[in-house]
Amino acid sequence: MTTGSGEFTAGEMMTIAAARALKNSDVCFVGIGAPSAACNLARLTHAPGITLIYESGTIGTRPAVLPLSIGDGELCETALTTVSVPEMFRYWLQGGRITVGFLSGAQVDRYANLNTTVIGPYEHPKVRLPGGGGAPEIASSCREIFITMAMSPRTFVERLPFVTSLGHGSGKGTREALGLTTLGPTRVITDLCVLEPDADTRELEVVSLHPGVNEETVRAACGWPLRFSPDLSETPRPTGVELRVLRELHARTAEAHRHDT
Amino acid sequence: MSLFCSLQEAIARNVHDGDTVALEGFTHLIPFAAGHELIRQGRKRLRLVRMTPDLLYDQLIGVGAADRLVFSWGGNPGVGSLHRLRDAVENGWPQPLAIEEHSHAAMANAYEAGAANLPFAVFRGYKGVDLPNVNPTIRSVQCPFTGESLAAVPAIRPDVTIIHAQRADEAGNVLLEGIVGVQKQAVLAAKRAIVTVEERVADLRAPGPNAVILPSWIISAICVVPGGAYPSYAQGYYRRANAFYIEWDAVSRERETFLAWIRANVLDTGPEAFIHRSAANRADP
Repeated sequence: MTTGSGEFTAGEMMTIAAARALKNSDVCFVGIGAPSAACNLARLTHAPGITLIYESGTIGTRPAVLPLSIGDGELCETALTTVSVPEMFRYWLQGGRITVGFLSGAQVDRYANLNTTVIGPYEHPKVRLPGGGGAPEIASSCREIFITMAMSPRTFVERLPFVTSLGHGSGKGTREALGLTTLGPTRVITDLCVLEPDADTRELEVVSLHPGVNEETVRAACGWPLRFSPDLSETPRPTGVELRVLRELHARTAEAHRHDT
Repeated sequence: MSLFCSLQEAIARNVHDGDTVALEGFTHLIPFAAGHELIRQGRKRLRLVRMTPDLLYDQLIGVGAADRLVFSWGGNPGVGSLHRLRDAVENGWPQPLAIEEHSHAAMANAYEAGAANLPFAVFRGYKGVDLPNVNPTIRSVQCPFTGESLAAVPAIRPDVTIIHAQRADEAGNVLLEGIVGVQKQAVLAAKRAIVTVEERVADLRAPGPNAVILPSWIISAICVVPGGAYPSYAQGYYRRANAFYIEWDAVSRERETFLAWIRANVLDTGPEAFIHRSAANRADP
């Protein structure tokens, strides 16, 4: 999809909006999939000092190309240090050293709970998805969680068949009742809009629409009756620098993976 | 019995039908050559343990070597599904596969508990999620000091752990470097350990006194299999074959193409083929 001026795709807008959520001072646990491009774009633009951490144990990694897996050699070679996987999960994640966990998923619900386990019943799944990996504990141990995924009625669903990672459970109070002191998901960045949990209910509401996207388009792409913030705004357009850096990153990545036969 | 031996001998001696077997390597140093030897020797009813089943367990599951899988993330990284794993779980082909599913944090802690000779692992996890409802081995304990409820899972104690490493010295001490995953814990948690290495050297060339080195006396067998981690990688030797991981999606999608691939690339070949497979991605000297 291109917008009216035909300058950028919805996917590029999603990655750029996701990257903007990160700060230079963040220590970010990078989930598999879409988050990796956003986190590295942030590092290559406005947040050069960000610490990126992948669950393979690489701390402070600065890859020139996007890794295909969370454990490509590029991550280790450019990292400040690489620790074992038990150390990563015990000391760094459980130890409370991570400010942001950046996740994606196959499905999300209105309280930002994520499913990456099964479609259909667990014992007889219609589709068996990869499972939780690091996400269940990333979701509970990082100070806050950002989620990025493309929006459609099949991915933004009324009811999850399986809760792989906790967002805000069944609304305000769920996390508190479980003894969690972390914030949970504070922002969801899609290809159409940005959503944030309502302060009173924790239900996701649209806070900004990407350029060229209207409320009807977003409603049609969501499986539950979607709420919009009274302060709804438009997501700032991608800058020339953001687009150039992102496209160069993708081009370098495609070239590198083509050669690794 | 010599510590150094052929891969055929190491597997024949140390892995038996019905064993609990962990082949570890977190994206890096995945012991593909050893897994292929398990397939050639026709091992059955294995209880396979591995955090990220990856293509290697897709292959073992697809040939019917396993009847149980303990895991925490079962995908083809950056590509999509493991089709043989899915076919076994969704359709029972080529045989039903029981699964015992965890999170990464749980399995990492469970290996560490196994290495530490503890009966179970305790950690903060599984809060507000559905996995404890479908996996009865996920339980909780109360902190005796604060009363806090904490997640508990049984220690992982494999009959045999198999890993791949960069090199071994003449005495059989093994060095790993790069992304070291859970291999040290998985080896120390197991009754027996098989290590395949890129090369046998006079000097390990350890980067410093805190390098990850497994002393010879905790290892059951060492096999020199250059390229033995292909299509994953060995830091300093060859890069990950990302294109192969992408191509596996098509190879593994249908049962017939998968079985033809296994015949041509596993059953009709041996561990010596791996040096050629990894050659194109050799690291610059």
